[in-house]
Amino acid sequence: MSHTTTLPDTDTAPLIRPKTSRDDKIKAVFMAVIGLYLVITLALPLYAMLSKSFSTYSFDLSNFEFQVYKIDSWSEPVTALSLNQKLNVVTPAELSTSSDGRLGVTAFFPDFSFRSITRYKIRQINLDSSFLVGSERIADTEWHEFSSNDFRRVVLRPSSSTGLDNYKIYFSTPSLFKSIENSLFIAFVVMIITVSMAFGFAYALNRSTMRFKGVFRLIAMAPILVPSLLPGIALVYLFGNQGMIKGLLMGQSIYGPIGIIIGSIFFTFPHALIIISTALSISDGRLYEAAISLRASRWKTFWTVTIPAARYGLFSAAFVVFNLVITDFGLPKVIGGQYNMLAVDIYKQVIGQQNFEMGAVVSVVLLLPAMFAFSIDRYVQKKQVAQLSAQSVPYEPKPHKRFDLICLFYSLLVAVFIMGLIGVCQYAALIKFWPYDLSLGLSNYNFEVMDGGGWGSYFNSIKLAFFTAIAGTLMVFIGAYMVEKTNGLTTARSAFQFLAMMPMAVPGMVLGLAYIFFFNNPANPLNSIYATMGILVICTVTHFYTVSHLTAVTALKQMDREFESVASSLKQPFYKLLFKVTFPVCLPATLDISIYLFVNAMTTVSAVIFLYSPDTTLASIAVLNMDDAGDVAPAAAMGMMIFYTNVAARLIHIFITRKLMIKTQAWRVR
Amino acid sequence: MNEPSPSHSQDATVFLQIDNLTKKFGTFTALDKVSLDVYQGELICFLGPSGCGKTTFLRAIAGLDIQTSGTVIQAGEDISALPPSERDFGIVFQSYALFPNLTVEKNISFGLENEKTSRSDINHRVQELLEMVGLSDQGKKFPTQLSGGQQQRIALARALATSPGLLLLDEPLSALDAKVRGYLRHEMKALQRSLGVTTVMVTHDQEEALTMADRIVVMNDGVIEQVGTPTEIYREPGTLFVADFIGAMNQINGRTTGSNQVVVGETTFTTQKHDLEANIPVVVAIRPEDIVPVEEGESSPEDNILDMTVEDMEFLGSFWRVSMSNPLLGKALLNADMSVNAIQRLHIDIRTTITVELPVDRLCVFLAENE
Amino acid sequence: MFKKSFMKTAAVGCIAAVSMIGMSQSTLAATDLVVYSAIEAEDLARYAKTFNEDHPDINIKWVRDSTGIVTAKLLAEKDNPQADVVWGLAATSLLLLKSEGLLDPYKPKGVEALDKKFVDKGDVPSWVGMDAWVASICYNTVEAAKNNLTPPKTWKDLLKPEYKGHLIMPNPNSSGTGFLDVSSWLQIYGEDGGWEFMDGLHENISRYTHSGSKPCKLAAAGEIPIGISFAFRGAKSKAKGAPLEIIVPEEGVGWDMEATAIIAGTDKLKAAQTLVDWSITKKANEMYNIGYAVVAYPGVAKPVKFFPENLLDKMIDNDFEFAANNRKRILSTWQERYDSKSDPKKK
Repeated sequence: MSHTTTLPDTDTAPLIRPKTSRDDKIKAVFMAVIGLYLVITLALPLYAMLSKSFSTYSFDLSNFEFQVYKIDSWSEPVTALSLNQKLNVVTPAELSTSSDGRLGVTAFFPDFSFRSITRYKIRQINLDSSFLVGSERIADTEWHEFSSNDFRRVVLRPSSSTGLDNYKIYFSTPSLFKSIENSLFIAFVVMIITVSMAFGFAYALNRSTMRFKGVFRLIAMAPILVPSLLPGIALVYLFGNQGMIKGLLMGQSIYGPIGIIIGSIFFTFPHALIIISTALSISDGRLYEAAISLRASRWKTFWTVTIPAARYGLFSAAFVVFNLVITDFGLPKVIGGQYNMLAVDIYKQVIGQQNFEMGAVVSVVLLLPAMFAFSIDRYVQKKQVAQLSAQSVPYEPKPHKRFDLICLFYSLLVAVFIMGLIGVCQYAALIKFWPYDLSLGLSNYNFEVMDGGGWGSYFNSIKLAFFTAIAGTLMVFIGAYMVEKTNGLTTARSAFQFLAMMPMAVPGMVLGLAYIFFFNNPANPLNSIYATMGILVICTVTHFYTVSHLTAVTALKQMDREFESVASSLKQPFYKLLFKVTFPVCLPATLDISIYLFVNAMTTVSAVIFLYSPDTTLASIAVLNMDDAGDVAPAAAMGMMIFYTNVAARLIHIFITRKLMIKTQAWRVR
Repeated sequence: MNEPSPSHSQDATVFLQIDNLTKKFGTFTALDKVSLDVYQGELICFLGPSGCGKTTFLRAIAGLDIQTSGTVIQAGEDISALPPSERDFGIVFQSYALFPNLTVEKNISFGLENEKTSRSDINHRVQELLEMVGLSDQGKKFPTQLSGGQQQRIALARALATSPGLLLLDEPLSALDAKVRGYLRHEMKALQRSLGVTTVMVTHDQEEALTMADRIVVMNDGVIEQVGTPTEIYREPGTLFVADFIGAMNQINGRTTGSNQVVVGETTFTTQKHDLEANIPVVVAIRPEDIVPVEEGESSPEDNILDMTVEDMEFLGSFWRVSMSNPLLGKALLNADMSVNAIQRLHIDIRTTITVELPVDRLCVFLAENE
Repeated sequence: MFKKSFMKTAAVGCIAAVSMIGMSQSTLAATDLVVYSAIEAEDLARYAKTFNEDHPDINIKWVRDSTGIVTAKLLAEKDNPQADVVWGLAATSLLLLKSEGLLDPYKPKGVEALDKKFVDKGDVPSWVGMDAWVASICYNTVEAAKNNLTPPKTWKDLLKPEYKGHLIMPNPNSSGTGFLDVSSWLQIYGEDGGWEFMDGLHENISRYTHSGSKPCKLAAAGEIPIGISFAFRGAKSKAKGAPLEIIVPEEGVGWDMEATAIIAGTDKLKAAQTLVDWSITKKANEMYNIGYAVVAYPGVAKPVKFFPENLLDKMIDNDFEFAANNRKRILSTWQERYDSKSDPKKK
């Protein structure tokens, strides 16, 4: 007992400052680099966008002075402000405007007539704003003299400041804020329908013994492989005014909520299915055995066992669907008609009206529900993980003839819906001139004579997808590794984790617009990547960072936490462990990440719509632009090219994964 | 039970000197000013219930979770602040942390590969290590193709590959079933002794600690309760916690009267010398196997003789555990372990009365806690 | 050994990353001219080729997109212009750019020869026109017959109840063509009359499209019988075999022109001026005439197949200045009145 004598109580024992190992230093540097990447490609652009939404334009009446030549002398200079105080011709609401606002000056002179011989002088007091004569811009502080006939051509230009004016304008313009209601409504309806449909399908896949499960699963995943606007094109061919089965709509127009809802169900279906199917597949078979032993009816078992067990999956799927729909841009653009949605509003404000500030405001408005849905989803997903127990016994469905038949029939219906829409697109792409010349041919594949960048855009897309897959996978994996396997640096790691989760809450349109504000600023040293393939790769990697990151983190979490300890006790650097053990073991997950990035880079529209340049046109954008220009059949043709490319990429992915599994994952086989 | 090994004598070299180690996680103190000397070549065991700080202690020694304050000196060098890669130790974890995609050979050679060592030297050393753990023919297999016990030995071989000065074992046997565990205990101890590598092992299994360790460090709530050889720990527990945690122990509340006497109920026991003032609440403790039945006709000792009524009997294979009571002791029940022979010879059965002796030198006295 | 290969991997990664970012960045030789344009995709190569016949030393780097996007791009790049010349962008857009001080005024050689309508009114013109882009109605005879419609002769005809739900026009908030129509109506009928006309028209409109050429393409595809679009698009669709008739309403039609301008601050001023000089030559105008029936150089235009013949007479005396300076006001009024077609019942 002699050697355990503790020294007298001294609270002043010097604290040990652990020496940082070389590995930890390298890791910290890597983490800082990737963290910095996320700050530059996400946080700063979003900040730039936010500040843009507060950048306002208003007419500064106090800055303009007039003189009038009456009889034989010039009157005393008088500001527009004091004239307006007297006359009250311009309301305060009319004073706040956008960057291209103009205000005629003749209103300040009630007795103005362009035929009179009265002459006018105008000047601005300081250089903050400007005025136009016709389209001639005058920005100096000199007096300028005009005849009455010319004076009517004078308009004032606004000066810029910051404030909440843009938001005030937004919320006082019914046609703008109506979109909030529309977007929420569509997202909600689609959420209910898709989740119910996907639940039924997942139930059939997991709980019946019907045949062709593999085929159904494959078909259900197909919508992931096409741009979200493709179902819109198919719907036009089916239900448009010349639609093949137009009668089914009973006079309703497909252009509007109906079209958006049907199309959204199509493209959100696989996302919901994956989540719900996972939730159903992990539920505990023992509960069903218990239910059977208690002689509970099928119906009762369904409500007391199945639904509660899958509830987190259902919630999570609901919010994912909600988020996908509310942030989607392509589909409402194609089939939305006059039904305004938030994501399309951003496009209209920026591209149609060059009103970047209002585009930023709508972006902020869109960001809120998206972030809300995202955070709830994260919360729910955490709960679901906790619900999993190691002792669970997987449920084994038993044959039940009638039930299996119903499941088969239902799955067939869904499969027909999905394959039908894709099939219609392919058919449309091959028809020469719908509906007047139904002969088949490849003329719609002659993209060179259409808007959208021709075949070049297709190859650009493949290039983008390829670079995104490679650069993205590397970055995501290394980032996830540093976050998972670094000691200490708790604050830095949680900051990184937060940054990595953020992209999912940011709608593509918002990200793209934020990129314009941030990268297209001459003061930004990174300005040179603007309008290059580089910015498209960066934007796409960032846009799809979260899911990739989570996949990598999940894979890394399954690794023994002590590998790093063992390696360091053996005095081997972490990168040897990374390349020899961690990376090979995580290879399947890595390949999953790269195919995910590839497919999404092929189909994405929203984030890159603001960023492509004529040298970097993309296939997905070409689909949109060709449809926009009325070349619907070529749009369908290009859309199908994307589909086939993604199918091929998937097949290659499966092939490579198999090969690698055999070669490097021999240890998985006992 | 092991006898103290020769390496443990007071004049043996101190290999690891730990002084005033404190580890805090936020406001929680996991280790509180812990000091310990580990001698060259000994196998020392950290034993305690889960959450007692034993693993934290081990990880601090390894540099995996460096302590908040306090020093660690290994082989004369202050390594308190060094990262694991700059310390000299090999480690085996409960999970073994074998690299699943590398063969057994590659696992073992992982730490051997560097610019200085030739491939043939490495191969030679790997073979040597495989032979040492008795798995020469398993080198080409992947870890998942081996049994748990084999995996454990591979992990050991990997940890020993670089001939570290210190071997750290974090619950190395707890993932195995009882039979394999018993066999491996013996193997590991033999290996450790033949290599003479200083070893620190963490375990929550007292049997493992008692059978393998040269010395045991019993820990509780972030402090060391007692350090000693297995026999010392068992026979002379330094604290009530140690007495309670290791083996079975009868505990009877009482009050001191003299420097070697305690009053329980209406009986006065003569105990080991405790030197406490009178009338202090204490706990008198005695192991069940130390309670001796007094046979008729035997010359009976003077002290601590009691007539007890048998309340219950439990058959535990090699012996019976007999629960007895005596109104003089209040409600307290005394457990005594008695051989099958003694039970038959003395005709002990439920409701019979027997006379037992509580030997003076086996009666330990501890201060009562919070009473 | 291992360390070396790690370094190698890292080096390769760096090179890949650098080349990836660098590779699509355009490298500009002395004679490369960055030209922003909204000319139809299919005409770009032909224009460059014809230009190079006379000036092989100047290489045009096209940056092409729809009018709205090119304008948005130029405005966004206000402080950091990427373009040297704009060749083939709506005059309305150029006026907007001019009022932001983005254009470099230049009087091209031989500008006197052009129709005055096609030249900016400034002392030194900021832009010069190329060809006109005229609104008209695309009328699908097959679909109209199915719906028993009679071809409209005037804009006012479109207010007839028989056309209810059979009309499509571009949304002026996202389409230059749409704005062209709206501003022409306001000029033809006066402000009040114009809005009154549009109130009536709105009742018959099935929906508004984002793009200006889409109404005509939709009419060509039979998706709608009548699309308010522009003549050029109609002629093209007609050439492809669509059962279209291109109607020029009797009241007159709005028009815009494609025009050329130099971006202020270009460091290749000489080459830019050479291009602008060339862009108003007779040869260039003959080139424009292949697609457009109305061009800036008087006497050059030959009738273009499928184009309505009376087009030039029907073009209104368009006040671009009015359109540009009232654009914001007109658009917000329009938006207030019509931009929630989705639920007309609520009104």
